[in-house]
Amino acid sequence: MTKAATKQAVPIGVIPTPLYDRMEAISTAKSWANWAGFISPLVLDTVEFEYFAIRNQSTLFDICPMHKYRIKGPDALKVVNRLVTRDVSKLRDGRVGYAMWCDEEGMLIDDGTVFRYSETEFMLCCQETMYSWLLDTAWGFDAEIIDDSHTVAGVSLQGPTTFSLLKDAGLDAVEDMKPFDLREIEPGLWVSRTGFTGDLGYELWTAWNDIGALWDRLWAAGGHWGLRAIGAEALNMVRIEAGFIAAGVDFQPVHAAMRLNRGRSPLELGFDKLVHFEKGHFNGRRALLKQQQDGVRYHLAKIDIGGFKPADGSLIYHRKKREVGHVTSGIWSPTMKQNIALAELKAPYGKAITDDLWVEIYVSEEGQWDKRIVPLTFVDKPFFQNARSRATPPNPF
Amino acid sequence: MGQHDKYDAIIAGAGHNGLTTACYLAKAGLKVAVVEKNDWIGGAAVSRSLHDGWTYSNCSYVCSLLRREIVRDLELPRFGLQVIPYEGGASFTPDGDYFASYSDHDAVRREMARHSPADVDAYERFSQTVIRQCRFIRPFLLRNAPDPASLKPRDINELLFLVKKAHGLGAKELGETLRFWTMSIGDFLDEHFESDLIKAHIAGAGIIGTGLGVYSPGTAYVLLHHYMGDVDGAIGAWGFARGGMGAISNALGACFEEAGGTIVTGSGVEQFLVKDGKVTGVALDNGDTYEAPIVASNMDVKRTFLNHTEEKHLPEDFTKAVKRFKIRGSSGKLNIALDALPEFPAAPEGASFLRGDMHCSTSLNELERAYDDWKDGHWSKDPYFDMLIPSQIDPTLAPPGKHMMTVFVQYAPYDLEVNGVRSGENWNDDTRKQFADCVLDKIEVAMPDIREKMLHAEIRTPWDIENEVGLTEGNIFQGELTFDQLLFNRPVPGYAQYDTPIDGMYLVGSSAHPGGGVMAAPGANAAREILRNIGKGSAMPSHNE
Repeated sequence: MTKAATKQAVPIGVIPTPLYDRMEAISTAKSWANWAGFISPLVLDTVEFEYFAIRNQSTLFDICPMHKYRIKGPDALKVVNRLVTRDVSKLRDGRVGYAMWCDEEGMLIDDGTVFRYSETEFMLCCQETMYSWLLDTAWGFDAEIIDDSHTVAGVSLQGPTTFSLLKDAGLDAVEDMKPFDLREIEPGLWVSRTGFTGDLGYELWTAWNDIGALWDRLWAAGGHWGLRAIGAEALNMVRIEAGFIAAGVDFQPVHAAMRLNRGRSPLELGFDKLVHFEKGHFNGRRALLKQQQDGVRYHLAKIDIGGFKPADGSLIYHRKKREVGHVTSGIWSPTMKQNIALAELKAPYGKAITDDLWVEIYVSEEGQWDKRIVPLTFVDKPFFQNARSRATPPNPF
Repeated sequence: MGQHDKYDAIIAGAGHNGLTTACYLAKAGLKVAVVEKNDWIGGAAVSRSLHDGWTYSNCSYVCSLLRREIVRDLELPRFGLQVIPYEGGASFTPDGDYFASYSDHDAVRREMARHSPADVDAYERFSQTVIRQCRFIRPFLLRNAPDPASLKPRDINELLFLVKKAHGLGAKELGETLRFWTMSIGDFLDEHFESDLIKAHIAGAGIIGTGLGVYSPGTAYVLLHHYMGDVDGAIGAWGFARGGMGAISNALGACFEEAGGTIVTGSGVEQFLVKDGKVTGVALDNGDTYEAPIVASNMDVKRTFLNHTEEKHLPEDFTKAVKRFKIRGSSGKLNIALDALPEFPAAPEGASFLRGDMHCSTSLNELERAYDDWKDGHWSKDPYFDMLIPSQIDPTLAPPGKHMMTVFVQYAPYDLEVNGVRSGENWNDDTRKQFADCVLDKIEVAMPDIREKMLHAEIRTPWDIENEVGLTEGNIFQGELTFDQLLFNRPVPGYAQYDTPIDGMYLVGSSAHPGGGVMAAPGANAAREILRNIGKGSAMPSHNE
């Protein structure tokens, strides 16, 4: 046999995650997207019922395609603290923290979650590939970077009945876990009380080859709790309600942006509280300090828009004349009954100037385009807030 | 003499409309009190725990008409209101089959083709007509009905709006509209469909809550009334309030109290107090009196004026018109606690339509005969029912694995005939049980083991609904939704703008335009009218399209 005959080319196109077969079997919509090269559901059944399952019952979402990197070694804490803008030394062991990281210009590379197992072991979970950037950041430190993207698998279990479901699945040890707690519930099965929904929910992490069995176990316990598998479209609605930003949507990851000046800083995205200048050097610190002094160029804001027509992509005007920004994510919120959006405004609009701002929404009504100019108001807190998302021990539903 | 308090406005009755008016008035800065005869608030939008561990929406049971403008103005989600849509439904047949509806358009087409291939495309045309009519009517829900006899600029403007909307329809559609508002749902369905089962499945929405049969003129509009609601703009979609319908009232109550309002439960209005043609307050059953220059009644028009207002304060022809107002009780309810989900031998396991509205009626003739029984003072021997098991979707209603079932039954008379005598008092434990047995016998068509799964059942007749909730004759809409009682004729010609012959006194319940269905529109419209009359019209939020 010649050597050439045994060679196999890399797969062309999207490939299945370990959970694909299960989702394919229940998918009526056959609506798939490419997420980091994997087949990921946009919709499995209907967006509407998947959305309401998140806010009313329990849902499962395949997060295997997330990128996961382990940072391990005596200097692990130093590496992570150099990487992200927040002070990870204040994050306790067994906790998860939302974090952002920047290039030397202070422009956001990506956001994600930092899992702190101990001072010497972390996991970084994010949307974009980050291996070489982590290697660069760790240069000179005594820490190892391991790409666990395709060895650690995960599912996101979200919704008000998820605690009851976990109990029925024999995982009641999550009972006293507070939001952002991280725990090894069974050997090889890690649970974090985290999610992208603003509701009660958990993310469960296990070995790539064990995730199918975990899915089946949760599925078997899900009957009484209205469990549904969901796709990214429903998830996108709830993350906007929760006020979470999405990479490539509400900001452009600077490593992936071709055009100059497409990058945004954490300050411009409204995350001042996640930039801890006092902790010492971190990537982008100097640039961010300067920006803090000189002022930001943009404000990303949560806005409530008049009328019922979703405003995704709409332009924003001051005094109905001067164009000052645009909506980056907008939906009609079925839970809050509000026309909500995240919007980017050119400073000082959105902070110093918040009055007399208007959103221009184009609507197509059976082939006829129409324009609506509606007022907007700024919202400080997440659109969706519910005590059940924070209660510990969680409510049964 | 009991307690004596002064307010800017008093609302008689803590139903969802009364609470809605109360919220808008309190948010506009008025000192407002709501008085309620029951120990709980909500009127017919309540969640009651009548069997340990179960919650019943024991009156109204589904939600779609509640105007989202009102939910948004009053921030009801912040006060715990969450509306969850449900999908589909089915009509089961004695031969072991069913006709199902789905939220999925293609599934609907395939299911129709299974029963009657010609009806598939007919359904598209039917839906188009119905939705077009809904689109025509919906803008009027949150507007006051114009008074055609008035020359006030506002009435003329409202009339112009109506004419403009009507003109926008075009000649053909205008003709269709007039037909639609006056014809029977039976005739309308016969024009479109061939399959008896499909017709029966759709026709239910034309008679629910109404003392009319499927072939009675006016029932096409009643169907429209049930279709014109939406969940987030999906016209015709229905949903549940998480935690039962009481979640709506409780959210309104919480909003009202946050705005500084006072709710007094446990004693109802004995008498509306009137002096020199002006309302001065209310006297309660318990001897307390409350004074206010504005009094709004959430009670229906008959109860308000025939039971709790001295006739001497009212013009004679007004009283006559109120007496004439049709408000007949035509429906009953079973609220059932289930030990487990019943078996559905006809349905595939886990079918989505089991989470929707279920029926066992198979033809329009059967429905018309059910109406005939009611006219004679009996409950229907072969009844129509609209039953749902919302605990499959709402986890808060029953313990895990157990279920709550709501069965709305049409027809049941208010004045039951026994031995030649028609009287509400003929409803007793014995007749109630016979009524329930008759319904359960028919439910067995779909769920043969229903009786084995039952742990508890609450049986409610129109008589019970009148006595507990206060709706005259147990009519769920506070008055029939027929063309002679809609728009500027609702409830009484000349008094269609929430006002009454008594200065300062208003009607804010579903007896007023645009009628019942847990819309909260009468309550909001009345608030707008009240605020305008006291020079605070700008305190009412305006709505963008």
